[in-house]
This record gives sequence, structure tokens and C-alpha cells, in this order.
Amino acid sequence: MDKRWFGRFACVLTAVAALTLAACDEKSEEQSGTSTTTESTTSETASTTESTTTESTTGSTTETTTAESTEAAAPAQTYEGGELHIYNWGNYTNPDLIKKFEETYKIKVTLDDYDTNETMLAKVKAGATGYDIVVPGDYMVAIMLKEGMLAETKPNQMPNFKNVEKQWVDVYWDPGRNYTVPWQWGTTAFTVNTDVYKGDINTLALMFDPPAELQGRINMLPDMNDVINAGLRYLGLPRCNKNPEDLKKLNELLTNSKKYWRTFAYETIEKLTSGDVDLSQQWNGASMRVRLQLPAMKYAYPKEGFTGWMDNVAVLKDAPNMENAKKFQDFIMDPQNAAMISNFARYANGIAGSAQYMDKEMAEAPEIVMPADAPAPDFVPPCDEDTVKLYNNIWTELMK
Amino acid sequence: MAVAAAPATELARVKAVVGRQTALRRLALLAPALFIVFLFGVCPLFIILIYSFLESGAYGGVDWVFSTDAYVSFLFTRDMFDPSVMSFNSSNLEIFWRSFLLALFATAASLLIGFPTAYFMATRPRSTRTLWLFLITLPFWTNLLVRTFAMMLLIRDEGFINDGLIWFGVIDRPIVMLYTDFAVALGLLYSFLPFMILPLYASLEKIDFRLVEAGFDLYANRAKVLRRIIIPLAKPGIIAGSILVFIPALGAYITPTLLGGGRDLMIGNLIALQFGGSRNWPFGSALALILMSVVLVFLMIYARVSSERNVQHG
Repeated sequence: MDKRWFGRFACVLTAVAALTLAACDEKSEEQSGTSTTTESTTSETASTTESTTTESTTGSTTETTTAESTEAAAPAQTYEGGELHIYNWGNYTNPDLIKKFEETYKIKVTLDDYDTNETMLAKVKAGATGYDIVVPGDYMVAIMLKEGMLAETKPNQMPNFKNVEKQWVDVYWDPGRNYTVPWQWGTTAFTVNTDVYKGDINTLALMFDPPAELQGRINMLPDMNDVINAGLRYLGLPRCNKNPEDLKKLNELLTNSKKYWRTFAYETIEKLTSGDVDLSQQWNGASMRVRLQLPAMKYAYPKEGFTGWMDNVAVLKDAPNMENAKKFQDFIMDPQNAAMISNFARYANGIAGSAQYMDKEMAEAPEIVMPADAPAPDFVPPCDEDTVKLYNNIWTELMK
Repeated sequence: MAVAAAPATELARVKAVVGRQTALRRLALLAPALFIVFLFGVCPLFIILIYSFLESGAYGGVDWVFSTDAYVSFLFTRDMFDPSVMSFNSSNLEIFWRSFLLALFATAASLLIGFPTAYFMATRPRSTRTLWLFLITLPFWTNLLVRTFAMMLLIRDEGFINDGLIWFGVIDRPIVMLYTDFAVALGLLYSFLPFMILPLYASLEKIDFRLVEAGFDLYANRAKVLRRIIIPLAKPGIIAGSILVFIPALGAYITPTLLGGGRDLMIGNLIALQFGGSRNWPFGSALALILMSVVLVFLMIYARVSSERNVQHG
């Protein structure tokens, strides 16, 4: 028992230390504008906060990691190539990739991060952000194109475009790839602790009609679309649905299932590893990171279907460093560089030939390599305004 | 007479000039403050006000079309079958009501805990009071987010409290505390307690304790002294403290998100949602203004109560 107490205490100390470190980081960023942390502290922060943050942590929006840190420490480095400002999801960009880009093109890169597509959209819409590159998800690319916010950089004429896997060229959000380049793609399903639940995990019933051992032990993503789409799949109804009868059924299902759900949070990795919940709606890469800590955690491929998504590197129309941004788009279509992205965040990248440069554990991961009998991931386009309004009503009703 | 009149008009003229100068100087001295208030107070508020009367853009932002939809949708939803039929919807009111109850609980609990604490501090020797004051402000040295995370570690299923109780054999299985309304209330109480103690202490410290002695001399018992002497004298502190706790608790965002598990919204979360996933900026603006009017009502009650007090004693 004493040992356990000590362990707990150490845990708290580490957590407090990690958080303080993160807070310090934040402060120094605010003061100096550019990071002066050395590379070792950057990676240390990344690893200590790994358990408390995920690809899209709500708390880490302001945490800025700049990868030019080592260069800053060695003033000999000069950036005759100018600057590049990237706005990407948090805990999603490999610092080594940025370093390599900086060294190759002598361009100084700054990196800022966000937690949801909507946060990014709201900020960019407010204007004059100074960002060159954003990494919107599939449906958000469609929205930003419709709003005329992206620059037509013609990636399909870039030298490395030949590496893009055929299935990712004619996508609904950017047919023929005139604007965007694949960053990573993955799926949104859920992860189950198989020590707690021994049965078949490949069904959405575990989330909406859970067995006794999982009731009240479930975390959902606080994302309206993810929860509603999962519900529609469980009921066998079409997505982007504004049929009142269907929505009534959906509303009933969600309100009934809410009593089984303990939390709505983006911190899925922490929720599972801390034992707060035994099932969490999750992205496949995050699930892999959980499994590497707790082998009993298994990613489900529900037979009713699950969401597929792709994040894409896009250039903003008013980008101050247009040419550098284009260089970056071409740069990450190189298989070796694409592999660096995947090795960090644990998602597939859609670039042919990158597998040979990826970590061995990625090639065999059940979260990344889908089983043959799993249904095809369902890429959901943005719904029209009326549907969003109806979804909103259902969501507010659910959260009241 | 004429001789006397001339200096008088001269004096009036000089007075007028000097008066104008002081008025100008006063304005010049006030200008920076007015500028700040206008730029950071009135301007944003005005933008919020305008946005709340516009239509929401399809993908966030606003369309420049006048509309009162944002305010209407606070209480009513358009029928799913027939958009011209409006029906009463209590979801938003329920969220406001929950926030109100939680904030009220936080205020009452922090008054119950804060009053004895402040009384204890105020009755210490003058030399040690600074130390107690320092201890009360100590939590502010750490970011609220970190303190809230620490709270999570304390009350989670395998947290200190549950582990401790199980170890001492008080309970067999953990008490579920985290991600409930209880956790949110506890978090609010913990976060805002100092805001109650400090104004209470400021009032209690000023009390002339000879009045208390006089009360005892006149055969009042302890309860009566507390009720008739100490509490009336501490009233400004009680009111100020209650307002300082109630208002921020009403709009709290971090505490319900982390300790409530994001399950049941409070007003702060509801507003944030409108600017994110819901993409309804006008409704978010309207909610912010409605919240602000609720707060204003409370402040007006405060102003009324404190002016009444002045009348009584003046």
C-alpha cells in the first residue's frame, strides 16, 4: 500500500511539473513571440504532456511549439529563404519534419495550433492572422473553398504529386487536388478496455446500448457531428439527415443513451489511461498511442460503419509567404517526409512509398491497417445550413 | 458702486476662464481612461449588440441582415415539421437555471465557510493578520487550470480521497464524485472562496469590537451579538463578497468543462459552443447579452440595498 501511495504522489508531482512546464512555455511564448526553448525541453514537454493531451486537446490551444528552437540557439543559421507560418492541430506536427524543412529551404517556420476545425475557421475568418498554411479536415476544406478562403496553388502540377495515392486525388472536398495536399487520414470509431468487456467489440451497441460493465464508463467526443453521425449509423439512417421522423428517433436514442455516458471530452488518451472511462470515442492514431501504454485497449471497427477523415495542407488566399507555402506543400508529398509525419502522430498519410520509411510498429498496428472484413470508412461531407440548425437543436437538447 | 462692480465682472470673467481651463484639464486627464473604457468596454459590447441582431452565416460569421431570431430562439424553436410553427423550448432556460443554482450554491457555501474564516483572521493580533491574508491569496499564485486539474486528481475514482477512504476501510468501492454536479459545485466553491473572504475580512476588520463588549454588557447572548451587531456591520462585505462569487461562478467555463466532464452545459459552455461547432454567432452574442443583463439586475439590487443602508445610518 505504501508503495502505491508513493506512486500516486509521484504521479501528481509529475503531472504538476508537466503542467507548470507547459504554463511556463506558454508564458515565454507570450513574452518573446518566438520560442527560445531548446529542442530537448520541447520534446520533453511533448512526452510528459502526451498522457494528458491528444491530437486535439481543448486545453492546449495556446500552447505554441516552435521548431526553429535549435537554430535560435545557434545564431550562425541564417534564413535567406524568408518565413513560413503554419497553423495546425495541436500535438500533430513532427518537430523533426519542421527542422528538416528549415534546413532544406533556409526558411524560418513558426507553428501555432488549434483544437477543432471550427476554432481554426473562426480565427481565420476574423482575418489578418498572418498564417500561410492551415490543415483543415475534409469537410472543412469544402467549406473554406466555398467561402473562397484558400489559394489555388495547383499541387497537382508539383513535382512530388506523383506520390499521392490514387484514391486521394479525386476526393469530394477538392476534386483533382487543385488546392490541397494530403497530410494524414484516419478513422473515428472507439476504443474499448478488453479487460473490462470481453465480448465482441465491433458494434456501436457498446456506445448506445452498453452492457452493464460499460455503463457510466464511456467518454464521447464533444463534437456534434461525431456523436450524431455515430447515432445515425447505429439506427441505420442516412447522414446529413433532415427527415423529421429520423431526427426524432435520433433524438430519443441520444437522450436515452446519455445516462450511460460519463464525459464529453477531447482528452481521450488521458481519459482512458487514467481509468476514468473504459470506452471512448476516439481517432485511430490516438487509440494506438493508448494501446502502446495499455495493451488491453482495442480499437473497434463497428459493423454499422464509422467516420473516415483526412486532414489536408491548404494555403490561405491572403498568405504573406505564398511561395514558401507552396514549397511546403510539395515537401510533404515526398514519401520520406510523409513518413516523418506519420511516425509522430500515428496516422496514415496517403503518400505512396512512405510505408518503407515508417516505424515497424506502424506497419503492423491494427489501428492503422484495417481488417479485411471492416466496412469502408464513411467520409461525411458538410451538411447544409438547415441540417446544421436541426443538429444544433438536438445537441443543445442533449447537453441541457 | 461702479468701481466695485468692475472688479466683480472682471472676477467673474477670470473665474469663467479658470473654470473652463479646469474643465478642459479635467477632460484631458480623463481622456485616457475614457478612451480605454470606450475602446475595450463600449466598442466590443456594441459589436456584440449588433451581431446579436443579425443572421448567422452558413459557416460561422454573420450575414448583414436584420433579424431577431437569436433572441427568439432563446425560448422558442421552430417546429421540425413546419418551420412557421413555433414551440416553447426550455433547453436554454434549463441551462441558465442550472448555472444559477450552481452559482447560488457556490455563493452560499463560500459565505458559510468564508465568514468564520474572515472573522478568525480579523480577530487575530494585528501583526499576524498579514500572514493570514498572505495565506488566503496563496492559491492565486497558481493558474486556475492547474488547480482544477489538481482537484480532478483528488476526487477521481482512483484519486486521493477514494484511495484514502478505501485504505482506512470506510468504503469498499469508490464514491463517484468527479464529473457530477457535485464536482462542479465543489470546484466553483474552491475557485471563488478567496473572493468571499477578502471583502468579508475588510468589513470585519473595521468593526469596533467595543460594540460587541457593550452588547455582552447589556446581557445579549452570543447568537444575539452575532445577529444584531456583527452581521449588520459586516453587511457591505457580505454583499460585495456574494456578488464577487456569484457573478463569475454564473459564467464559469473551465470548471464545468473539466470537473463536470462536459456532460451538462453551463452558460459559459453554451456561449462557447455557439462560436464553435454550432456556428451561430448571433445566438452566442444574444446569450452573452442576456447573461449580462441578468448580472446587471443583480448589481442593481446591490446598489439599491447599499443605498438603503446609507439612508438608515445617514
